[in-house]
Amino acid sequence: MSGLLRGSVAVVAAAESALGQVAAGTTPVDLMAQATRRALDECGLKLSDIDGVFTNCAQLRMPTLSLCEYLGLQPRYQDGTGIGGSSFMTHVQHAMLAIEHGLCEVALIAYGSTQRSVSRAAASPREFNPYETPYKPFMPASAYALAASRHMHEFGTTRENLAEVAVAARRWALLNPVAWEKEPLSIEQVLGARMVSYPLTVRDCCLVTDGGGAIILTSAARARGLRQAPAFVLGVGECVSHASISNMADLTVTGARRSGEIAYAMAGVAAREVKTAQVYDAFSINTILFLEDLGFCPKGEGGRFVSGGAIAPGGMLPVNTSGGGLSYCHPGMYGLLVLIEAVRQVRGDAGARQVAGCDVALAHGNGGVLSSQVTVILGGASTV
Amino acid sequence: MSDLRTESPNGTYVAHCAKGELAYQVDGETGAAVFFPRVIGPGTGAALAWRVSKGLGTVYATTVVHTKGEAPHNVALIDVDEGFRMMSRVEGIDPMAVKIGMRVRVRMHPGEPPYPVFDVEAGA
Repeated sequence: MSGLLRGSVAVVAAAESALGQVAAGTTPVDLMAQATRRALDECGLKLSDIDGVFTNCAQLRMPTLSLCEYLGLQPRYQDGTGIGGSSFMTHVQHAMLAIEHGLCEVALIAYGSTQRSVSRAAASPREFNPYETPYKPFMPASAYALAASRHMHEFGTTRENLAEVAVAARRWALLNPVAWEKEPLSIEQVLGARMVSYPLTVRDCCLVTDGGGAIILTSAARARGLRQAPAFVLGVGECVSHASISNMADLTVTGARRSGEIAYAMAGVAAREVKTAQVYDAFSINTILFLEDLGFCPKGEGGRFVSGGAIAPGGMLPVNTSGGGLSYCHPGMYGLLVLIEAVRQVRGDAGARQVAGCDVALAHGNGGVLSSQVTVILGGASTV
Repeated sequence: MSDLRTESPNGTYVAHCAKGELAYQVDGETGAAVFFPRVIGPGTGAALAWRVSKGLGTVYATTVVHTKGEAPHNVALIDVDEGFRMMSRVEGIDPMAVKIGMRVRVRMHPGEPPYPVFDVEAGA
């Protein structure tokens, strides 16, 4: 069980940097700084108010040092924990801990990547693994394809079910003015797209874009005096289960089951009370696995659960309302953008894609090859 | 425990591969099979002893990787009968014909160093 206090801190600002394709010469820290400025403007805090800095970035060897230098900050507390795309959900947990214990008062969590501009291979080179590399898996896609193969074998999930996830993400993206993808997408187009690692086509795989973001957290008391409606951190849970896909015990059950249990228990919230789920969709199979493991449907039913537009606009559960990593943006470690969309939904300023009465939103991060799972549950003023 | 100044877990594994053997380890406390090779047992910290597998296994998961300008190739996770799982590929058949549950037998693929691949087990 968590020793953290439900609702003790809140996200008071959440902003994207430029997304998609950035100008030549732009650095990951330029994007972090741009998003930080936007976040400060949103909440009314000053740069000098930030006394806790959290970031991780595959392009930077010591990311908190680079960001603090750039911003001219010598924070009381810093944390560069790196567990892939879920790093930023873990940063929320660590920021909460630091704020509760007086190690800092105003925590900045920032991210930036120029992986589209500099190439994915340059932005996040893969480690040599003598037990995997000789077989030439296309990582990370092949790891998720292996998981999909197992889900299809055990539960009868189909490629059409996977395609439904991509189509739903696209329909949400068409409601998001800053989404990368601008054209409608059909199930047939997903199935007929270039195969990457069977059963995943390029449309089952996340985008490769530049981009970044920043969120600012502070104590609940201080949050109430700022410009934005606070998104209170009701619960957070984490599970790390493996590093390489060969060492994942059961490819159909992720650590999201454990991270979700911890987060729900801390929040005192059940899955049925979550108004929107933002789950890290690096690949279409992710959404199915996480909706199961986070309790939105029984294990094995995810493929059928997402069918018929059930997670698309107008469906029974709004999932990945930004358009997700599949259609909105995916700058390498996308988890911070997942959090930003959840914050906006709780604040009620998600524009055309706003979920009505969204008092509770779940943001779930995934890192590595289904390796690290971190769940954050956010709530509006009525929940604390 | 090996002397890491003179002998590494991977070095021992590769030496077995060079002899045509698929080597794995067993945990000194639990007897559980351990793969990839390590210095101490995962979850126990116990000493590990080397074993050589009989080389039979079952496909646990499978994918076909499409690389521009190359023929598609198989990547699979194999549950080896002695109780460990490893990444490999099944050779000798269309990569799309590799199915979960298929029985397979190890063979060393020549290389520097050689590494284990699998063929469909005859009569399985």
